Amino acid sequence: MSVPFLVFFACAFMAVLGAVLLLVSWEPIHSALSLILVMMSLAVLYLLLGAEFIAAVQIIVYAGAIMVLFVFVIMLLNAGNEERTDWSKIAKVVGLPMGFFLLLLIARSLSRSVAGAAIANGVGAQSNAAVSTRDLSTALFRQYLFPFEATSILILIALLGAWILARKDD
Amino acid sequence: MSVIPISYYLVLSAILFGLGAVGVVFKRNIITILMSIELMLNAVNLAFVAFARAHGQIDGLVFVFFVIVVAAAEAAVGLAIVIMVTNNRQSLNVERINLLKF
Repeated sequence: MSVPFLVFFACAFMAVLGAVLLLVSWEPIHSALSLILVMMSLAVLYLLLGAEFIAAVQIIVYAGAIMVLFVFVIMLLNAGNEERTDWSKIAKVVGLPMGFFLLLLIARSLSRSVAGAAIANGVGAQSNAAVSTRDLSTALFRQYLFPFEATSILILIALLGAWILARKDD
Repeated sequence: MSVIPISYYLVLSAILFGLGAVGVVFKRNIITILMSIELMLNAVNLAFVAFARAHGQIDGLVFVFFVIVVAAAEAAVGLAIVIMVTNNRQSLNVERINLLKF
Protein backbone atom coordinates (compact mmCIF):
# COMPACT_ATOMS: atom_id res chain seq x y z
CA MET A 1 0.00 0.00 0.00
CA SER A 2 1.53 3.25 -1.11
CA VAL A 3 0.72 6.67 0.24
CA PRO A 4 -1.81 7.74 -2.47
CA PHE A 5 -3.83 4.57 -1.90
CA LEU A 6 -3.86 5.16 1.85
CA VAL A 7 -4.99 8.76 1.35
CA PHE A 8 -7.66 7.63 -1.11
CA PHE A 9 -9.08 4.97 1.17
CA ALA A 10 -9.02 7.26 4.21
CA CYS A 11 -10.87 10.00 2.30
CA ALA A 12 -13.31 7.56 0.69
CA PHE A 13 -14.09 6.11 4.11
CA MET A 14 -14.63 9.59 5.55
CA ALA A 15 -16.88 10.56 2.64
CA VAL A 16 -19.08 7.47 2.93
CA LEU A 17 -19.15 7.84 6.71
CA GLY A 18 -20.27 11.46 6.37
CA ALA A 19 -22.96 10.52 3.86
CA VAL A 20 -24.30 7.76 6.13
CA LEU A 21 -24.26 10.13 9.13
CA LEU A 22 -26.22 12.66 7.02
CA LEU A 23 -28.89 10.02 6.50
CA VAL A 24 -29.16 8.63 10.03
CA SER A 25 -28.98 11.82 12.12
CA TRP A 26 -32.27 13.38 13.15
CA GLU A 27 -30.92 16.88 13.85
CA PRO A 28 -30.50 18.99 10.66
CA ILE A 29 -27.40 20.65 12.13
CA HIS A 30 -25.70 17.24 12.50
CA SER A 31 -26.59 16.46 8.88
CA ALA A 32 -25.04 19.77 7.80
CA LEU A 33 -21.81 19.08 9.70
CA SER A 34 -21.49 15.57 8.23
CA LEU A 35 -22.08 17.00 4.76
CA ILE A 36 -19.15 19.37 5.39
CA LEU A 37 -17.08 16.27 6.25
CA VAL A 38 -18.04 14.74 2.89
CA MET A 39 -17.08 17.94 1.03
CA MET A 40 -13.72 18.22 2.78
CA SER A 41 -12.77 14.63 1.94
CA LEU A 42 -13.91 15.15 -1.66
CA ALA A 43 -11.64 18.22 -1.82
CA VAL A 44 -8.69 16.03 -0.79
CA LEU A 45 -9.68 13.52 -3.49
CA TYR A 46 -9.69 16.34 -6.08
CA LEU A 47 -6.17 17.23 -4.95
CA LEU A 48 -5.23 13.58 -5.40
CA LEU A 49 -6.64 13.74 -8.93
CA GLY A 50 -4.51 16.79 -9.67
CA ALA A 51 -7.38 19.29 -9.85
CA GLU A 52 -6.14 21.80 -7.30
CA PHE A 53 -8.33 24.68 -8.52
CA ILE A 54 -11.47 22.56 -8.21
CA ALA A 55 -10.34 21.48 -4.74
CA ALA A 56 -9.97 25.12 -3.66
CA VAL A 57 -13.35 26.04 -5.17
CA GLN A 58 -14.89 23.02 -3.43
CA ILE A 59 -13.71 24.26 -0.04
CA ILE A 60 -14.37 27.96 -0.62
CA VAL A 61 -17.74 27.77 -2.39
CA TYR A 62 -19.23 24.50 -1.15
CA ALA A 63 -17.94 24.12 2.38
CA GLY A 64 -17.51 27.87 2.83
CA ALA A 65 -20.49 29.56 1.20
CA ILE A 66 -23.23 27.01 0.52
CA MET A 67 -22.92 25.15 3.81
CA VAL A 68 -22.75 28.39 5.78
CA LEU A 69 -26.03 29.33 4.06
CA PHE A 70 -27.53 25.98 5.10
CA VAL A 71 -26.34 26.31 8.71
CA PHE A 72 -27.60 29.92 8.77
CA VAL A 73 -31.09 28.84 7.64
CA ILE A 74 -31.12 25.95 10.14
CA MET A 75 -30.31 28.42 12.92
CA LEU A 76 -32.77 31.02 11.59
CA LEU A 77 -35.68 28.58 11.45
CA ASN A 78 -34.65 27.01 14.76
CA ALA A 79 -34.84 23.58 13.12
CA GLY A 80 -34.69 21.03 15.89
CA ASN A 81 -35.46 17.36 15.92
CA GLU A 82 -37.01 15.95 12.80
CA GLU A 83 -40.62 14.96 13.37
CA ARG A 84 -41.02 11.21 13.37
CA THR A 85 -44.29 10.80 11.55
CA ASP A 86 -45.30 7.44 10.10
CA TRP A 87 -43.38 7.07 6.92
CA SER A 88 -45.48 6.62 3.88
CA LYS A 89 -45.73 2.94 2.98
CA ILE A 90 -44.18 3.41 -0.45
CA ALA A 91 -41.06 5.07 0.96
CA LYS A 92 -40.70 2.30 3.52
CA VAL A 93 -41.11 -0.64 1.15
CA VAL A 94 -39.63 0.69 -2.05
CA GLY A 95 -37.16 3.39 -0.97
CA LEU A 96 -34.14 1.37 0.10
CA PRO A 97 -34.42 -1.28 -2.66
CA MET A 98 -34.76 1.56 -5.18
CA GLY A 99 -31.56 3.10 -3.82
CA PHE A 100 -29.68 -0.14 -4.34
CA PHE A 101 -31.30 -0.54 -7.74
CA LEU A 102 -30.10 2.95 -8.72
CA LEU A 103 -26.60 2.03 -7.57
CA LEU A 104 -26.65 -1.15 -9.67
CA LEU A 105 -28.03 0.77 -12.65
CA ILE A 106 -25.20 3.33 -12.47
CA ALA A 107 -22.59 0.57 -12.14
CA ARG A 108 -24.06 -1.39 -15.05
CA SER A 109 -24.34 1.56 -17.43
CA LEU A 110 -20.83 2.68 -16.52
CA SER A 111 -19.37 -0.77 -17.17
CA ARG A 112 -21.26 -1.08 -20.48
CA SER A 113 -20.25 2.34 -21.80
CA VAL A 114 -17.29 3.12 -24.02
CA ALA A 115 -15.54 4.72 -21.08
CA GLY A 116 -16.18 1.57 -19.05
CA ALA A 117 -14.42 -0.55 -21.65
CA ALA A 118 -11.41 1.73 -21.49
CA ILE A 119 -11.47 1.61 -17.70
CA ALA A 120 -11.64 -2.19 -17.72
CA ASN A 121 -8.50 -2.20 -19.86
CA GLY A 122 -6.66 -0.59 -16.98
CA VAL A 123 -6.77 3.12 -17.66
CA GLY A 124 -5.66 4.75 -14.44
CA ALA A 125 -5.45 8.36 -13.49
CA GLN A 126 -2.86 9.24 -16.12
CA SER A 127 0.01 11.13 -14.64
CA ASN A 128 1.42 12.39 -17.94
CA ALA A 129 -1.65 14.40 -18.92
CA ALA A 130 -1.75 16.74 -15.96
CA VAL A 131 -4.06 19.71 -16.47
CA SER A 132 -3.05 22.89 -14.72
CA THR A 133 -5.11 25.80 -13.47
CA ARG A 134 -3.68 27.80 -16.36
CA ASP A 135 -5.20 25.37 -18.89
CA LEU A 136 -8.50 25.49 -17.02
CA SER A 137 -8.66 29.29 -17.11
CA THR A 138 -7.74 29.30 -20.82
CA ALA A 139 -10.56 26.88 -21.60
CA LEU A 140 -12.96 28.79 -19.38
CA PHE A 141 -12.30 32.22 -20.91
CA ARG A 142 -11.88 31.17 -24.55
CA GLN A 143 -13.82 28.04 -25.44
CA TYR A 144 -16.44 28.36 -22.72
CA LEU A 145 -16.70 32.15 -22.55
CA PHE A 146 -20.40 32.32 -23.42
CA PRO A 147 -21.50 29.70 -20.84
CA PHE A 148 -19.30 31.47 -18.28
CA GLU A 149 -21.04 34.80 -18.94
CA ALA A 150 -24.40 33.01 -18.88
CA THR A 151 -23.67 31.73 -15.37
CA SER A 152 -23.26 35.31 -14.17
CA ILE A 153 -26.79 36.06 -15.44
CA LEU A 154 -27.93 32.86 -13.68
CA ILE A 155 -26.40 34.03 -10.40
CA LEU A 156 -28.05 37.45 -10.79
CA ILE A 157 -31.46 35.85 -11.41
CA ALA A 158 -30.97 33.52 -8.42
CA LEU A 159 -30.08 36.52 -6.26
CA LEU A 160 -33.20 38.43 -7.35
CA GLY A 161 -35.33 35.30 -6.93
CA ALA A 162 -34.05 34.65 -3.42
CA TRP A 163 -34.71 38.29 -2.49
CA ILE A 164 -38.24 38.27 -3.90
CA LEU A 165 -39.07 34.92 -2.24
CA ALA A 166 -37.68 35.76 1.18
CA ARG A 167 -38.89 39.35 1.59
CA LYS A 168 -41.85 40.28 3.72
CA ASP A 169 -45.07 40.95 1.84
CA ASP A 170 -46.10 44.59 2.24
CA MET B 1 4.47 6.70 -8.47
CA SER B 2 1.59 4.30 -8.21
CA VAL B 3 -1.67 5.37 -9.79
CA ILE B 4 -5.09 4.82 -8.33
CA PRO B 5 -7.43 3.20 -10.88
CA ILE B 6 -10.19 5.50 -12.05
CA SER B 7 -12.78 2.85 -11.24
CA TYR B 8 -12.20 3.37 -7.50
CA TYR B 9 -13.33 6.98 -7.84
CA LEU B 10 -16.35 5.91 -9.89
CA VAL B 11 -17.39 3.34 -7.29
CA LEU B 12 -17.14 5.98 -4.55
CA SER B 13 -19.11 8.41 -6.70
CA ALA B 14 -21.86 5.83 -7.29
CA ILE B 15 -22.06 5.02 -3.57
CA LEU B 16 -22.36 8.70 -2.64
CA PHE B 17 -24.98 9.28 -5.35
CA GLY B 18 -27.03 6.29 -4.15
CA LEU B 19 -26.87 7.50 -0.54
CA GLY B 20 -28.01 10.95 -1.65
CA ALA B 21 -30.93 9.47 -3.59
CA VAL B 22 -31.94 7.38 -0.58
CA GLY B 23 -31.77 10.55 1.52
CA VAL B 24 -34.14 12.38 -0.85
CA VAL B 25 -36.62 9.50 -0.60
CA PHE B 26 -36.34 8.82 3.13
CA LYS B 27 -35.75 12.10 4.94
CA ARG B 28 -38.72 14.14 6.07
CA ASN B 29 -36.95 17.41 6.84
CA ILE B 30 -36.97 19.75 3.85
CA ILE B 31 -33.51 21.16 4.66
CA THR B 32 -32.01 17.66 4.90
CA ILE B 33 -33.56 16.80 1.53
CA LEU B 34 -31.85 19.85 0.01
CA MET B 35 -28.57 18.69 1.57
CA SER B 36 -29.05 15.22 0.06
CA ILE B 37 -29.40 16.88 -3.34
CA GLU B 38 -26.10 18.69 -2.70
CA LEU B 39 -24.55 15.31 -1.85
CA MET B 40 -25.71 13.91 -5.20
CA LEU B 41 -24.25 16.93 -7.03
CA ASN B 42 -20.95 16.32 -5.23
CA ALA B 43 -20.95 12.68 -6.30
CA VAL B 44 -21.46 13.71 -9.93
CA ASN B 45 -18.64 16.25 -9.60
CA LEU B 46 -16.30 13.50 -8.41
CA ALA B 47 -17.16 11.39 -11.47
CA PHE B 48 -16.56 14.43 -13.72
CA VAL B 49 -13.12 15.12 -12.23
CA ALA B 50 -12.17 11.42 -12.38
CA PHE B 51 -13.11 11.16 -16.07
CA ALA B 52 -11.38 14.44 -16.88
CA ARG B 53 -8.24 13.06 -15.29
CA ALA B 54 -8.51 9.68 -17.01
CA HIS B 55 -8.87 11.20 -20.46
CA GLY B 56 -6.52 14.10 -19.85
CA GLN B 57 -9.17 16.59 -20.94
CA ILE B 58 -10.07 19.94 -19.44
CA ASP B 59 -13.80 19.92 -20.27
CA GLY B 60 -14.74 17.79 -17.24
CA LEU B 61 -13.19 20.33 -14.89
CA VAL B 62 -15.01 23.20 -16.63
CA PHE B 63 -18.26 21.28 -16.17
CA VAL B 64 -17.53 20.82 -12.47
CA PHE B 65 -17.08 24.58 -12.23
CA PHE B 66 -20.49 25.16 -13.82
CA VAL B 67 -22.13 22.52 -11.63
CA ILE B 68 -20.80 24.29 -8.52
CA VAL B 69 -22.17 27.63 -9.77
CA VAL B 70 -25.59 26.11 -10.44
CA ALA B 71 -25.52 24.39 -7.04
CA ALA B 72 -24.87 27.73 -5.36
CA ALA B 73 -27.80 29.33 -7.20
CA GLU B 74 -29.99 26.34 -6.39
CA ALA B 75 -29.11 26.47 -2.69
CA ALA B 76 -29.88 30.20 -2.50
CA VAL B 77 -33.29 29.92 -4.19
CA GLY B 78 -34.15 26.62 -2.47
CA LEU B 79 -33.42 27.98 0.99
CA ALA B 80 -35.43 31.13 0.25
CA ILE B 81 -38.36 28.86 -0.67
CA VAL B 82 -37.79 26.87 2.54
CA ILE B 83 -37.95 30.06 4.61
CA MET B 84 -41.17 31.15 2.90
CA VAL B 85 -42.84 27.74 3.23
CA THR B 86 -41.84 27.48 6.88
CA ASN B 87 -43.26 30.92 7.61
CA ASN B 88 -46.56 29.88 6.02
CA ARG B 89 -46.91 26.31 7.33
CA GLN B 90 -44.96 26.50 10.64
CA SER B 91 -43.28 23.17 9.89
CA LEU B 92 -40.21 21.80 8.12
CA ASN B 93 -41.84 18.42 7.56
CA VAL B 94 -42.49 17.77 3.88
CA GLU B 95 -45.53 15.64 4.72
CA ARG B 96 -47.28 18.77 6.00
CA ILE B 97 -46.64 20.66 2.79
CA ASN B 98 -49.49 18.89 1.00
CA LEU B 99 -51.66 21.70 -0.29
CA LEU B 100 -51.29 20.60 -3.91
CA LYS B 101 -51.31 16.88 -3.12
CA PHE B 102 -53.94 14.90 -4.97
